[in-house]
Amino acid sequence: MSLDPIRSQLGNGVMLLAKRTTTTPAVSISLAMRAGSSCDPAGWAGTAWLLSRVIDRGTAGRSAADIAEELDGRGITLTITVTRHSFTIGCACLSEDFEAVLALAGEIVMAPSLPDAELATRKGEIITAIRQDQDNPAVRATETLMAMLYPDGHPYGRPTKGSLETVEALTRERALQLHADRFAPGALTAVIVGDIDPSQAGDAVDRVFGGWRKPAPAADAVPAARRAIARRRGTIPMPNKAQADLAYGFVSIARRDPAYYAHWLMNNVFGQYALGGRLGDSIRERQGMAYYVSSSLDANVAPGPLVIRAGISPANVDRAIASIDEEIAAIVRDGVTAKELDESRRFLIGSIPRALETNGAIANFLQTAEFFGLGLDYDTRLPALLSEVTLDEVNAAARDSLDAGTATVVVAGPVEP
Amino acid sequence: MHSRPPALTESLLDNGLKVIVQEEHTAPLASVWCWYKVGSKDEGPGITGVSHWVEHMNFRGTTNIPRDQVKGIIEQFGGSWNGYTWIDQTTYLETATRDALDRMLFIESERMSNCLYHPDDCESERTVIISELQGGENDPDQLLDQELTATAFKAHPYRHPTIGWLSDLETMTRDDLYSYYKRYYVPNNATLVVVGDVDTSDAMKRVERHFGGIAPGAAVPRLRTIEPEQTGERRLTIRRPGTTAYLKLGYHAPSVTDPHFFPLAILDAVLTGAKGLNLWSSFRVPPPQRSARLYRALVERGLTSSVGGALLPTEEPFLYTVSATATAGTPLATVEAALLEEMERVQRHGVSDAEIVKARAQLRARLVFDRDSVTNIAHQLGYFETIARADVFASLPSKIAAVTVEQVAAAAGDILRASNRTVGWFDPLPVA
Repeated sequence: MSLDPIRSQLGNGVMLLAKRTTTTPAVSISLAMRAGSSCDPAGWAGTAWLLSRVIDRGTAGRSAADIAEELDGRGITLTITVTRHSFTIGCACLSEDFEAVLALAGEIVMAPSLPDAELATRKGEIITAIRQDQDNPAVRATETLMAMLYPDGHPYGRPTKGSLETVEALTRERALQLHADRFAPGALTAVIVGDIDPSQAGDAVDRVFGGWRKPAPAADAVPAARRAIARRRGTIPMPNKAQADLAYGFVSIARRDPAYYAHWLMNNVFGQYALGGRLGDSIRERQGMAYYVSSSLDANVAPGPLVIRAGISPANVDRAIASIDEEIAAIVRDGVTAKELDESRRFLIGSIPRALETNGAIANFLQTAEFFGLGLDYDTRLPALLSEVTLDEVNAAARDSLDAGTATVVVAGPVEP
Repeated sequence: MHSRPPALTESLLDNGLKVIVQEEHTAPLASVWCWYKVGSKDEGPGITGVSHWVEHMNFRGTTNIPRDQVKGIIEQFGGSWNGYTWIDQTTYLETATRDALDRMLFIESERMSNCLYHPDDCESERTVIISELQGGENDPDQLLDQELTATAFKAHPYRHPTIGWLSDLETMTRDDLYSYYKRYYVPNNATLVVVGDVDTSDAMKRVERHFGGIAPGAAVPRLRTIEPEQTGERRLTIRRPGTTAYLKLGYHAPSVTDPHFFPLAILDAVLTGAKGLNLWSSFRVPPPQRSARLYRALVERGLTSSVGGALLPTEEPFLYTVSATATAGTPLATVEAALLEEMERVQRHGVSDAEIVKARAQLRARLVFDRDSVTNIAHQLGYFETIARADVFASLPSKIAAVTVEQVAAAAGDILRASNRTVGWFDPLPVA
């Protein structure tokens, strides 16, 4: 069973992907603009995030209260996410509401008014959220790790929400400028998945966005990131906390790197499979040191991070770090076994139907495939892409991405500086 | 056209195991859930947290699934498995391709009667769970929720946290765990739910083969404490270092089978936006709430950065909670005054017809969105069967549609009384 979505492009450059499903009388709408936090101007981290909090609080034709009534009356929550490279407005709605909701979402994308009063309220919310993050050891550890892995203003090293200082200083003009610079039909991918005929979805997208005229923005350039050449450690004492959070990572590879699938499999064996792969076996299952431990690979436009995270009793921090070092040394020295590779491969291939069960999951999958140019048939090619990876390639990926001697290690929690 | 709701088959094996099978042929998947009517409300002093710890132990190998073969047992089918424990229930699930149905049933039958409880594994899991508890304590909002619940209940065992109190986790023994497991993990205290791309008669034959030979156990003991009516407002304040102030209100609320439950669900939608009616869906997507009363009174006025309500279906009367996060610089007293003003307004004057219409539409949409996967459908069937009956799930749309403005006013008048509430503050001290 393949997704086999319909893909077409409007005359103004808007890309459309549509897929019919009939599980429920509902539709998922996903409107992704190539305008993520990497588009924040230098020194103004948090601009895209602020825009995401206020973009749906008024348009040229509707007030915030009008939009609130329109959404709430249909049981809809707009979810607006900002990643490094994408600004995505998404929601689920009943099929009967599809056209009205798409029209509203279109207004929000094309003609937000960003009222001053809304901007002030939303800034207050962001400042509160940043202060909550400052009290969260897991967030502190991860954000500090990213800043250390991607220094010197690299967009991957900046906090997506910005800082208290940048958010306080951000203005309506800056948010409008970001919208003017980065929101355009050529940067928009609309994905419609659900109980709606694809041609009807296409007609609706054309009605909403077909008249939008604006030149395509320049490509979002991301500087290269240098890998660390020595081990580094950061410590964030938070004496008011009961547990320490650990973030331990490396700059890894880009999504379009041919070695991506080998890295994906390697990471699955190392820190994902079952309850956290080899890391979970050692740190949680055998030693009982952590409730959670796993590794994640965020391959992106530029080489993204491979990050190991764990929540650990403060007394066990050094022992847990030593165990991670040992697991890295072992996988680099001895490689993974053929059995481990086979298990992870079978799992990743076998989980594709589960990963593509819901409208929302399919929409996300299609957005990712479109963003990275993976092809309309990516879901059907994926098993072969994973099957072709050899043991040597997986072991080369471990040697390439993992090296305890150049790891960056950050601990936040009730630990000594 | 979307597919019509498929038929549901309920059966009872000779050993007392309730079995629910629903065919859903929208994806080549099957989801198996095994539910036990045991949760933290079944725990007495000294063994708080035992239900949850037992859940952890039940992933640690069985007589016929040796410890070293646990890893990968469902992953080799591309599947995932998990479990959770809450106040009324403990449940385990697998979702995988349909060809793994037999494997999933095998795992659950083993879990029901053959878990090992090796002493070394009990000790290893002790530190994992204490780590989980400490991770929860890192979150001030979660800590406040725990303290509010402990204050609102003075007699009923809903008062202690599902993860347990630390001293009990430090002292409980392997025998405490194992005897609890043997007492509650019996077929006559369980419901097995199978949803997916399966044939009902074939699935039932497999269920009979895996579970039919498991002997029933003695009737499980039930605690009978009824929480006395609260006779006056209760308050608590946590003062710990932190960056953000939080406020919670907790009102004693009806159980899912009480006639007031659905009017209160509508009232919650009017106040904070509609959520789904089960533990999982309530975490999935934020509610549509921008026109909700409390959002307008608190968030739109800049007093709080968020506000949320939680009314979860439970077997016995639990809590309706309202939670708010104060914006930087806003005193909790200001937040509380604005919040109580709204609660007292709705308690005195009820809600409008237009608000009821909107709340019904929201809940109707949420129920549709919650049926988007075999895993979610199976979860909800088992959830409602464990706390009441599975047919409550099927009747949700009609129950919601039938709620009247008078019923909502009555629920508000009764439940939102000052003498029925507990007020909790997390009032942060400066971080050193």
